[in-house]
Amino acid sequence: MAEITPIRTAAEVALVERFASLKDRLPGSGDIARRRDEAFALVAAAGLPNRRVEEWKYTDLRNAVREAAPLAERPADAAGLVDRASAFAGVDAVRLSFANGHFVAERSDLAVLPAGVTVTPLAAALAQGHPLLAEMGKVAVARGNFALALNSAFMVDGALVKVAAGTAVDKALHLRFVNGGTAPFATAPRVVILVEDGASVTILESHEGVGTAAYQANSVVELVAGKGTAVAHTRLNAEQVDAISLSTLAVTLGAEARLTSLGVVTGGGLSRHQVFLAFSGEQSSLTLGGATMLRGRQHADTTLVVDHAVPHCESRELFKTVVDGEATGVFQGKIIVRPDAQKTDGRMMSAALLLSETATMNNKPELEIFADDVQCAHGATCGALDDDLLFYLMARGLPRAAAEALLVQAFIGEALELVEDEAVRGELVARAEAWLAERA
Amino acid sequence: MLQINNLVVEIEGKRILNGLDLTVKAGEVAAIMGPNGSGKSTLSYVIAGKEEYEVLDGEILINGENILELEPNERAARGVFLAFQYPLEIPGVSTMTFLKAIMNAQRKAREEEELTTPEFMKRVKAAAEKLHIDQEMLRRGLNVGFSGGEKKRMEILQMALLEPRFCILDETDSGLDIDALKIVADGVNSLRDPARAFLVITHYQRLLNHIVPDTVHVMANGRIVRSGGKELALELEASGYADYREQAA
Ligand SMILES: Nc1ncnc2c1ncn2[C@@H]1O[C@H](COP(=O)(O)OP(=O)(O)OP(=O)(O)O)[C@@H](O)[C@H]1O
Ligand SMILES: [Mg+2]
Repeated sequence: MAEITPIRTAAEVALVERFASLKDRLPGSGDIARRRDEAFALVAAAGLPNRRVEEWKYTDLRNAVREAAPLAERPADAAGLVDRASAFAGVDAVRLSFANGHFVAERSDLAVLPAGVTVTPLAAALAQGHPLLAEMGKVAVARGNFALALNSAFMVDGALVKVAAGTAVDKALHLRFVNGGTAPFATAPRVVILVEDGASVTILESHEGVGTAAYQANSVVELVAGKGTAVAHTRLNAEQVDAISLSTLAVTLGAEARLTSLGVVTGGGLSRHQVFLAFSGEQSSLTLGGATMLRGRQHADTTLVVDHAVPHCESRELFKTVVDGEATGVFQGKIIVRPDAQKTDGRMMSAALLLSETATMNNKPELEIFADDVQCAHGATCGALDDDLLFYLMARGLPRAAAEALLVQAFIGEALELVEDEAVRGELVARAEAWLAERA
Repeated sequence: MLQINNLVVEIEGKRILNGLDLTVKAGEVAAIMGPNGSGKSTLSYVIAGKEEYEVLDGEILINGENILELEPNERAARGVFLAFQYPLEIPGVSTMTFLKAIMNAQRKAREEEELTTPEFMKRVKAAAEKLHIDQEMLRRGLNVGFSGGEKKRMEILQMALLEPRFCILDETDSGLDIDALKIVADGVNSLRDPARAFLVITHYQRLLNHIVPDTVHVMANGRIVRSGGKELALELEASGYADYREQAA
């Protein structure tokens, strides 16, 4: 029987209606309003991505998003919502808080920002046409991406952050996204971080759910890192297990820069974390990592595109996925090496550990190489815990659950070790341990 | 201490142990020698509780209790320890973390208090020094990048720390240089105790000069085909296994 695909699903129809009724009330006019229209045109033309769209093959949003939840208003008790968040609480950091996508000034450390750091709430920035808005949307390989376009159409709030040239920020900047409500809602926060030449900063990003209703989150963080910058970024997805959570990191990395970014996923019912990164200057090095731990019926997709557009850059990608229960993990990693990008050194590895017979992993690392003098490799593995190792540990006296936990910790630990900051790593290790403890 | 009666074991439909009988008394050091493939490592794995072996008949008693239905960790809690012929590498688990985990797991099984960190460090340091194991090695992933000899010494270190009652050494001497052999043998000898027994699997008389056995057993085709005193090892060194291969076949 031929499958009949409606031209628009109910959710798609709702999105179109919502944009039409909201667009005049969304912050920003002129150029910004025009960009919203363009972004939404893309969303409307493509519809919700489904498995026939190569990029979204393993994560069928059309199927998952049966109803488009209304865009969240600023919650009445935004501060109270933020107070229920716990991520990175033990890390000494400057907090910038967002409740259901809205900037929460009363829970943000605007008054005590480190020297050289400036923060403008996005709603205000959009309304006044802030010059930093020009830094948006610069990553070519991210253009046309559905989640990014959807955010660009609906972005209501967020922040513009600038780290002035030469500043070594001594405290981490923590982007704390907290979601919660009693009725379904959608979010579209946008954060742009400009790290000027020679500056260094640690950025933490956490996404937590603290409410009772399922929600649809769609955050975008854009990082523009200048020449000679050093940035360490860690992102934690601890969303509610009934949430649909999309998040995107789009990066432009200047010359002689260093960036390490690790994404940790334990939450979300269906989640997709995207990284789009373009090297825009030579002699830069990038480390991207992932540590994903799934159980139940969770589905988590990590999709990255690393664009080596210039020569002499190095990238390392190490992604670890642990899948238990009936959960599904997805890794799609693409490294593009453009014709001019000679002497590129790129290595990508995705390893998955399946803890149950019903766990699934889709692993798709890809290289697209158009230059001839490069060193690139990728690999993917997928397997169960090694019986011989388990026996070795048990023969030393560890009960089965403890032996398994130790092996899973070792597996995921390799990715967590990419985080240099001890306090941050300590929290991530503790979260991995808590995840394992729940398993026993 | 250990009594094995008529043990019959298969793996993947292939019979490896063929009605094996063996008794080792408390305080005794028993050596097992035998040709390659005769089933020595299989015996040690089956005593330690490796899953993939199918026990078709017989029993293994430790202090009178049949341990065949027990998980490997439960056997360890009853004092069984196997020093592996091929110790495994576990990247991502530092040797220290591993040692602490196994020591505390066994203490927990025996309903003893966990060791405090200083007490643990003290014990590890003392045992490592005896075995000439560098502190730096203890910070690395377990057995990762260790030489063959270092891995064997690490097995003995674990044995010394866990203080098991029934110790199986599966070719602990292979891969050791002459000095290391002496160090390991001293380590084993210092653990000799009237309440502890050893089953030492080896191909070479040389080890038995250092760890002098009370009894020597010859294994061929999955059975003990001859038993005697320490002089039997010397005899084997001279004559080889030709006679026993025929006898067992
Ligand atoms: N997992 C396995 N699958 C199939 N056959 C096996 C397996 N393990 C052992 N065997 C077989 O069982 C027999 C006995 O092996 P075992 O390792 O016990 O011998 P061994 O006496 O320890 O030999 P060596 O002196 O070489 O260490 C061999 O023929 C071996 O090939
Ligand atoms: Mg053997």
